Amino acid sequence: MSLIDHLVRAPAPAADILITGAHVLDPRESLDGVHDVLVRGGQIARIGDAGSLEAPDGAETIDGAGRHLFPAFVDPHVHLRVPGQEHKEDLATGTRSAAAGGYCTVVAMPNTTPVTDSTSILRSLRDAALRDARIPVGFMPAITVGMMGKELTEMAELRAQGALGFTDDGKPVQSAGMLRKALQYQRLCGGVLALHEEDPSLSGAGAMHEGEVSAQLGIAGIPSISESTLVARDCAIAGYEGGRVHMQHLSAIESVDAIRAAKAAGVQVTCEASPHHLTLTHEAVRTMDTRMKMNPPLRTEADRQALIAGLKDGTIDCIATDHAPHARDEKEVPFEQAPMGTTGLETAFASVYTDLVLPGVLDLALVVEKLTVGGSLLDLPVPRIKVGAQAHVTLVDLDSEWVVGEHGYASRSENCCFAGRTLSGRVLLTVAAGSIAHRDTSLTATSEVTV
Amino acid sequence: MKHLLSIEDLDRVAIERICERAATFASPSDREIKKVPALRGHTVLNLFYEASTRTRSSFELAAKRLSADVVNFVASGSSVEKGESLKDTVLTLNAHRPDAIVIRTPWAGSAELVAGWTDAAIVNAGDGKHEHPTQALLDVYTLRRRVGDLAGAKIWIVGDVLHSRVARSNILAFQKMGAEVTVCGPPTLIPRGIEAMGCEVRYTLDDLPDADVVYALRMQHERMDQAWIPTLREYAAVYQINDKRLLPRQVLMHPGPVNRGVELSGGVVDSPQAAILEQVQAGVVVRMAVLYEVLAGARVGGVRDTAPQPATPEAQLA
Repeated sequence: MSLIDHLVRAPAPAADILITGAHVLDPRESLDGVHDVLVRGGQIARIGDAGSLEAPDGAETIDGAGRHLFPAFVDPHVHLRVPGQEHKEDLATGTRSAAAGGYCTVVAMPNTTPVTDSTSILRSLRDAALRDARIPVGFMPAITVGMMGKELTEMAELRAQGALGFTDDGKPVQSAGMLRKALQYQRLCGGVLALHEEDPSLSGAGAMHEGEVSAQLGIAGIPSISESTLVARDCAIAGYEGGRVHMQHLSAIESVDAIRAAKAAGVQVTCEASPHHLTLTHEAVRTMDTRMKMNPPLRTEADRQALIAGLKDGTIDCIATDHAPHARDEKEVPFEQAPMGTTGLETAFASVYTDLVLPGVLDLALVVEKLTVGGSLLDLPVPRIKVGAQAHVTLVDLDSEWVVGEHGYASRSENCCFAGRTLSGRVLLTVAAGSIAHRDTSLTATSEVTV
Repeated sequence: MKHLLSIEDLDRVAIERICERAATFASPSDREIKKVPALRGHTVLNLFYEASTRTRSSFELAAKRLSADVVNFVASGSSVEKGESLKDTVLTLNAHRPDAIVIRTPWAGSAELVAGWTDAAIVNAGDGKHEHPTQALLDVYTLRRRVGDLAGAKIWIVGDVLHSRVARSNILAFQKMGAEVTVCGPPTLIPRGIEAMGCEVRYTLDDLPDADVVYALRMQHERMDQAWIPTLREYAAVYQINDKRLLPRQVLMHPGPVNRGVELSGGVVDSPQAAILEQVQAGVVVRMAVLYEVLAGARVGGVRDTAPQPATPEAQLA
């Protein structure tokens, strides 16, 4: 492990706030009831019964009555598009978007221009984050130079410079031999390998899930086996080498089955599912709305149910957005020409809450756990609502309904697959690493500072 | 009807209305002076991003026979090659205020997309491998003239269904007219999940004698690059419609251009069963009916209000 902090953000004042009477839910701390929570100097100073705490001088009181306070969310898989694609997103807009979604930490992918595959780029990114990032950001450089799958990046030096792990996300490590070398090298430098699993000889020019909808639309399909065969292969390689891998954005039944089997066999594998794969299917692609085009693609109802079952039984470790912003003109093209990806940070909680918690499919506590655990898969600490801990909390009004995109986005891009949907669950306040990173406009009006 | 984007948007009544309107245009096509003034003063823009001789000339003829002005915009050699986006191209051309845009592109859904960017009526002349609705309409028109009502007719669509927009539009159109559709071809060229469209799937021609209509698709040579089939020779051996396989009572159709000796033997192309030239003839009158429907038809319904007001085609022909 490196000695430097893996996460960086811009300096921000430490929060002094008292949140009164909120329903505090932190499954890991067995908190599930109405409490007052005092954040002092950026740390959780006290947790008391409702009405028991008073705001010290200089602290702001925020009325939490009827609202929920969660540990803030952690996303191990976002695209912040720096360097080189700042017309889609940058560190400031990406972290603003994350904070607006209740996130206190995000991990940026390396498929940038140029690819984040060298210490100089990593260092410049961390410098930029020290200036621009509203919440702590971690960086995962590429496994292979240029994500070309031919030679390993200088993984040891990258680790020493703060690399959280490694990934060629957006592409698979196509060669089994190359992945094996990376896993062997992992013994030297550590760092989880996060894998985008797709066999290009099966996915080809596909633009959506291969099935009934693609057959009718005449759009080339991406079969489920393009993902699941590589998931199974790489679990086998990781098992053989005793390495640690994290499978990104699972989408297919067969992949969930492969992970379940690998975990049962003792392979050190973790995995994630996205809010869109948990709530939408390829039926959403019938209108050829390019916001519904992502990789892996939205699949069938049976696949969606398998992901939900995987979350419940622990096969799927966390929910990650794969937040993938694209500029308007890039998405305003015919479906087959459009780039893959949807934004997701601002809608992650609300979409899962609306489509899975409200109908009784998933428990709220499970969703909070899966939205907060992602960083720990990469050896980051889990945010906890615990006295003495740095404050990473998000205050949410579960009953507040909002129309996605109606008032724009905090992200620079607007390619959100939930655009136009009415969702329940509005993030009112996000405290990340002890500082206020997001505050809903409605909150400013009702809060007051005790002098 | 404001646009013709997909056969999915039409019901049987609408398909029959277009066929009947096409029939009224058929007689002037046989006269010495083939024009009617139905769309005089209208501008029809042909926007083609793919090479097309038949469809484009058929639309051009159709528009001209309705006395519309026609502008052809072909992607090759134009701003498209300079990297202009589809949207920018459409907005630029739209500044010339066309009344209708006939569009063909290699991308599914592009006609629908374009419909959102302009006030012009949009006619889909082929969007990628998705749909080719005027082809399906002219095929229904042709077939109704040959066999009458299509209800209960057994229609086999044979060949490369995977890459065929004609197949997708025709599966929908034939079914809407009450026919039973079977698709048949090499398993590598039958899309997984196609049976959800309500058609049967076969991989051999063993049951072809059950068919009333055999609709052969063009086997595209470029498909050979990706090894979809071992050889064209083997394809022909297994799937060619030839004298031995085509019964005298069956009707043979093909969207053209035919590869003689591949999907069809030379003999069946020239046989009395073949309706291939009738399809080509139907192309013009059906496209006249479609242009009339989206331009004049909508206005008669009160949607569009630009001058001049034409009378109904029946009145004009009288």
